[in-house]
Amino acid sequence: MRQGVPEGSLSTTFASLQKNALARWQQERSSAKPVITVGTATCGRAAGALDVVQAFQDELERHGIDCPVIEVGCMGHCYAEPLVVISKPFRPPICYSRVNPVIAQRLVREYILGDDPCLEFVLGALEPNDLIPSFQDFPRAAYEQKLLLKNCGHINPLDIDHYIANGGYTALVKALQSPPAHIISEIKKSGLRGRGGAGFSTGEKWEVCNGAQGRPKYVICNGDEGDPGAFMDRSILESDPHSVLEGMVIAAYAVGARYGYLYIRAEYPLAVEHTRIALAQARKYNLLGKHILGSDFSFDVTLFEGSGAFVCGEETALISSLEGKSGMPRHRPPYPAVSGLNGKPTVINNVKTLASVPHIINRGADWFAGIGTETSKGTAVFALAGKIVSTGLIEVPMGTTLRQVIFDVGSGIPNNKNFKAVQIGGPSGGCLPESSLDLPVDFNSLTGAGAMMGSGGMVVLDEDDCMVEIARYFLEFTQRESCGKCTFCRLGTRQMLSILDDITKGKGKLKNLETLERLAEDVKAGSLCGLGKTAPNPILTTLRYFRNEYIAHIVEKRCPSLMCRDLLTYYILPDKCERSCDACVGSCAVEAITPNKQRIKVIDQDKCTKCDMCRVACPVQYNAVVKLSPPQKVPVASK
Amino acid sequence: MNQVTLTINGIRITAPEGEKLLWAALDNGIYIPNLCGLKENTEPLAACRLCFVEIQGRNKPVTACTETVTERMVVDTKGEQCLRLAKSGFELLMASHALDCGHCLKNRNCELQRIAHHLRVSLKPRILRKILRDLPVDDSHPAFIYDPNKCVLCGRCIWVCRNHVKSGVFGFAHRGFQRRVTTFGDEPMGRSDCDGCLECVRVCPTGALVERGAVPRLGRTEPVY
Ligand SMILES: Cc1cc2nc3c(=O)[nH]c(=O)nc-3n(C[C@H](O)[C@H](O)[C@H](O)COP(=O)(O)O)c2cc1C
Ligand code: FES
Repeated sequence: MRQGVPEGSLSTTFASLQKNALARWQQERSSAKPVITVGTATCGRAAGALDVVQAFQDELERHGIDCPVIEVGCMGHCYAEPLVVISKPFRPPICYSRVNPVIAQRLVREYILGDDPCLEFVLGALEPNDLIPSFQDFPRAAYEQKLLLKNCGHINPLDIDHYIANGGYTALVKALQSPPAHIISEIKKSGLRGRGGAGFSTGEKWEVCNGAQGRPKYVICNGDEGDPGAFMDRSILESDPHSVLEGMVIAAYAVGARYGYLYIRAEYPLAVEHTRIALAQARKYNLLGKHILGSDFSFDVTLFEGSGAFVCGEETALISSLEGKSGMPRHRPPYPAVSGLNGKPTVINNVKTLASVPHIINRGADWFAGIGTETSKGTAVFALAGKIVSTGLIEVPMGTTLRQVIFDVGSGIPNNKNFKAVQIGGPSGGCLPESSLDLPVDFNSLTGAGAMMGSGGMVVLDEDDCMVEIARYFLEFTQRESCGKCTFCRLGTRQMLSILDDITKGKGKLKNLETLERLAEDVKAGSLCGLGKTAPNPILTTLRYFRNEYIAHIVEKRCPSLMCRDLLTYYILPDKCERSCDACVGSCAVEAITPNKQRIKVIDQDKCTKCDMCRVACPVQYNAVVKLSPPQKVPVASK
Repeated sequence: MNQVTLTINGIRITAPEGEKLLWAALDNGIYIPNLCGLKENTEPLAACRLCFVEIQGRNKPVTACTETVTERMVVDTKGEQCLRLAKSGFELLMASHALDCGHCLKNRNCELQRIAHHLRVSLKPRILRKILRDLPVDDSHPAFIYDPNKCVLCGRCIWVCRNHVKSGVFGFAHRGFQRRVTTFGDEPMGRSDCDGCLECVRVCPTGALVERGAVPRLGRTEPVY
């Protein structure tokens, strides 16, 4: 047995860490002082959160107020960054959105010094109260269930005591006191499936690795996250790195691994930095390293910064890049659980998979299995992007419908536009139409509809998005990211891209659709790795659900969504054009717009580059510039 | 070594235990299209995707070069699904192959011609469009000529150079459609430290690597279908 240490001593060692952490947390949070927390993950920083932190500090100092300003991670409301929470004694903690340095100064003067909560900047209160609407009153609260994101935006990710004070590392202590086989059976019973895309049973993967021959064994955390538009893993690593580490150590204990690697793409400098600090702190507390918490179990983790190629997220390619070779996928089997890093048994799991593990150990397999659907347990984390009001990170139980996610949690489509499709599962996911909106979000139902869970990117498309162009865009990405090793992926994506290029330029033929469909199916069936096997999904689903758009492009040379430039003309409606206004004329970089005798502006189609600037420049009260498709629709201009 | 018995296309054959299906079939005179396989390489590259076969009990075609033979395995190399994939993969390769059999030194000794014949398809792509890379031909080496436009990226040359000759004259470079076999730093072959043993020319299935001064074989250039 590996846990050769009497239970008592393990928990006593940890109890003192916990006591110390709790004391620090309480002193910080529940004293008579106000506390300001600012979300400074990548999304917050992009919106200027660091300036906000500085403004708070300067203003507090100017007034001589003793109030800690704590940097926390991402709260998920990325549409409203920078986010600030101010907690004052006897008041509910209040969350302010879109804070800038000027608002920060006002908040210090009026709310911290005075007692006016400045309602105009409030997003919501964190607790129900009778003063300010709380997050619990938001429609989205009915659907959200935060498990993995619970600590994100709440604790300081650079302080291990914050994590411990909020229940962190108790699962590890619990795990170290039971035999590895028991942990594996708990994870199996919980029904946890990999969050990296394929949805393979985590418990079964661990069991295979546990039973495999060869030493040392390894645990790898896959934080490559190459999908454009996805940032779930980044956010968790930035905002709560210890939850991932704790999951890794438990996985290592369960399978008997000695070494671990955390693979993070180098484009995520903040995630890398936060994880590096977390590793050092965990080592200091002996939660990593030799004889963890005095037990016989030793495990250490190395941080590896990946080159950030999309295909390096594929497990065999990732392992080959860890080995110092080029990041190319290889044929499976053997699966990494049997022969992975350096040919040794290796568990490789996604960030979210590992971050789910401590919750399962703490609250039990049955509790976890009670969340979600028959085939998919637990919660799903999505990064909402595209034409949706509340972009950001959300977490809902599996089985929530797409409609609930998009319209209730994400607050629907902005600018009164109509929903057209939702693209789920990253660049190789599928586009699902309105009629699929009542599908529950789970591994099986999405795959059945031609999309996939992927790792959780969700891009919402509205009536202005052309589905042929969307398919072309995603294929261009996968084509570029193909490693080029196998025939189907290297050449098949290239052929399909050239057909799609033609269609969006109005040069397609109807028989191309047949070729496209057949090629897409063959690339899916014939490719070596998951990249090629899924790359055709955007094509197959758009052909399935939006075939009429393809046909409009081919037969009528018309782009129904007015997106494909080669099929458009810009036209100024004479009866709407205002004689005294010259906005469009000045905006045109190629001088294609001139006023006629009546001072109505006319576009010279030969000069026009379709740059869209005139349409943007035309004042909203006139809205005289329109796009027409097909191009010959433009009325012959009277000079 | 223990032998296992299996059935391919209704024919019972035996093969050494642990053997990959592709070699078991080829050694028994049953042809399966293949480009990237090398019997000695125990870690198949599985890159050309032409060796698809159907195995009873599996719902999808599998690549024969990665599949270990098992007792009583029942294999069909002529199933509709596997042939469709092989033909599709082959047409993709040919759509990006600088086809010029009449002037090619590998004419009538070329694996691509053999595969076209076997699959009863034309060497010219019928539906797909020609997408060529137009890379420069490298004739800087005294012993051989390398034409990347005829290369199918099977990787055999790289493997023999590393494993037989214990030299690493070339490797793969670039990604996606631009992937190619080249020397370190894209130097001309003549400037690399290759001593001209021609092992790579021996294993090249196409006209990408040919011996300088070899005599072209005359005769019919393309199977007529
Ligand atoms: C092209 C491609 C890209 C992938 N990218 C990622 C990624 O960024 N992150 C990830 O966790 N898994 C990614 N995967 C899935 C991994 O191969 C692997 O299945 C996963 O890391 C296993 O962890 P899980 O069981 O926890 O999901 C990718 C797969 C493919 C084919
Ligand atoms: S020989 Fe099997 S994939 Fe090339």
